[in-house]
Amino acid sequence: MLQKTCRDFAEGELKPNAAKYDRDHLYPGEAIKKLGELGLMAIAVPEKWGGAGLDYLAYAIALEEISRGCASAGVIMSVNNSLYLGPLSHWGTDKQKEQFVTPFCTGDPVGCFALSEPGNGSDAGAASTTAKDAGDKWILNGTKCWITNGYESKASVVFATTDKSLKHKGISAFVVPKPIKGLELGKKEDKLGIRGSSTCSLIYEDCEIPKENILGEPGFGFKIAMMTLDAGRIGIASQALGIAQASLDVAIEYASKRIAFGKPILKLQAIQNKLAEMALRLESARLLTWRAAWLKDNKNPYTKEAAMAKLAASEAATFLSHQCIQILGGMGYVSDMPAERHYRDARITEIYEGTSEIQRLVIAGQLIKEYGLN
Amino acid sequence: MSRVLVGVKRVIDYAVKIRVKPDKSGVVTDGVKHSMNPFDEIAVEEAVRMKEKKLASEVIAVSCGPSQAQETLRTALAMGADRAIHVEVAGAEYDTLQPIHVAKILAKLSQDEKADLVIVGKQAIDDDSNQTAQMTAALLDWPQGTFASKIEKTDGALTITREIDGGLEVIKTKIPAVLSADLRLNEPRYATLPNIMKAKKKPLKKVSAKDLGVDLAPRIKVVSVEDPPVRQAGSIIPDVDTLVAKLKEGGHV
Repeated sequence: MLQKTCRDFAEGELKPNAAKYDRDHLYPGEAIKKLGELGLMAIAVPEKWGGAGLDYLAYAIALEEISRGCASAGVIMSVNNSLYLGPLSHWGTDKQKEQFVTPFCTGDPVGCFALSEPGNGSDAGAASTTAKDAGDKWILNGTKCWITNGYESKASVVFATTDKSLKHKGISAFVVPKPIKGLELGKKEDKLGIRGSSTCSLIYEDCEIPKENILGEPGFGFKIAMMTLDAGRIGIASQALGIAQASLDVAIEYASKRIAFGKPILKLQAIQNKLAEMALRLESARLLTWRAAWLKDNKNPYTKEAAMAKLAASEAATFLSHQCIQILGGMGYVSDMPAERHYRDARITEIYEGTSEIQRLVIAGQLIKEYGLN
Repeated sequence: MSRVLVGVKRVIDYAVKIRVKPDKSGVVTDGVKHSMNPFDEIAVEEAVRMKEKKLASEVIAVSCGPSQAQETLRTALAMGADRAIHVEVAGAEYDTLQPIHVAKILAKLSQDEKADLVIVGKQAIDDDSNQTAQMTAALLDWPQGTFASKIEKTDGALTITREIDGGLEVIKTKIPAVLSADLRLNEPRYATLPNIMKAKKKPLKKVSAKDLGVDLAPRIKVVSVEDPPVRQAGSIIPDVDTLVAKLKEGGHV
């Protein structure tokens, strides 16, 4: 039933408008509000705090269906659910939850997650944004970049160093409302894909936040980031699956109608081989994603599986969208068909929330631990 | 007006490509996607809206069919129905279940549950019978407002706008009544996540047709089910006279 609701919504509200959001770089505010009304912007947040109180498998399924309609709506939904509400639901104090969780379950406002900096993306431990203890407040200084929902969000989970000598164990997490004095937004990035979502830098200059805005204990920030990203990976994997599925839908539909050599190209072996490979990679990635979600829901360690899911799904998304264009031929190259948008949207999934290269390191690291060889 | 009984049917999803079984006994249903009949969704939506407008106090969803009919009932609950009744009909009995049987069941349930209003979709998209509402009304000796595109309640009476061949017809009926929903009556809501969760806890009662004293003996026998004939190529005619001649030849006029 959840899958049907999301699919119906994606087909009815997102798919018809996705091209417009992409072409005009439009934030789909109305659609996001409707997603909020359906309970989709806070799927795993307990009902007590305003969420739907569902599990991660439900989240994965819902997010795939939404992303299938519009990848931009998908990433906005994913960042709000996993990266913003995730850490706050887990480590937030009741007061923080009241202020920063409950209002953010409705689709307006949305939140964001600020970890990456110009000087470090994959190297998250080298965060150079600082948070100085100034008695009854913290003073933030530094720049965060590539922040999804950077423009529209009304609060951000920000990672800053409170003690540089402790290196990554000196990083703490904070929740910072927006707008706030001492925060400036960088220009909106002109991206290849997911153009409906805004991405920009957050520039903190002597930005003062109340002492109680620290999330969790000082020095615990890196751990929060890593654990949050584990869950976020299931989200992004689901988004990638949605893009991949959309590509498969377009490819098969087109192949069934396009006549060449006297019959629909769907009957030709070259095309069938492609479609089979596409379906295989999609299904494999989907199973990995659902397994990671299931492990998480059953309170098992899931770091390795989440990394595998994200890696498999993102590479599937780029493969499927690439082949989709190939099957469509010239039609795949023009904006009359959504294939080119899926191709552009897919590309980012191999980069954000941990590049494919980092995912491989995470998987290897877990493997080594499993074999007791570390 | 307090209780509204809504009939919902589980049918093959409208987007599925129907395939006939090789033995011609019916269409393939195993593993095929099913959903609530679209006109029934509209009926549920109307009932829930009435409850929201305080024109009804309780919405009861009813479905006749195998165990999977419970999924359809859960959808109705997620849309806002208060409770559900599953009349279990399975196997061969289900294959020959006809509107006459369903009408008898709905009539009995309306009496047992003391319903003031029965709303069903105008027809199911699998058999296109368009009979259940009419038969139910006749069995109950209640007025009927079929093909409803607008329903208004005014002091113990209903003003119903019906879509008919010539346009729109407005009738007034007393309550209790039986209505059937047409396409433009409303646009059904999406089931929100919180409602999907709540639906799990709403009561769902299972009964059998025998419990209701309804005899499900088949009134029809399915002889064969076949694909419609493949469309033949047409021919271009030079003038009207030739057209008329050809039509007469083919026995079409």
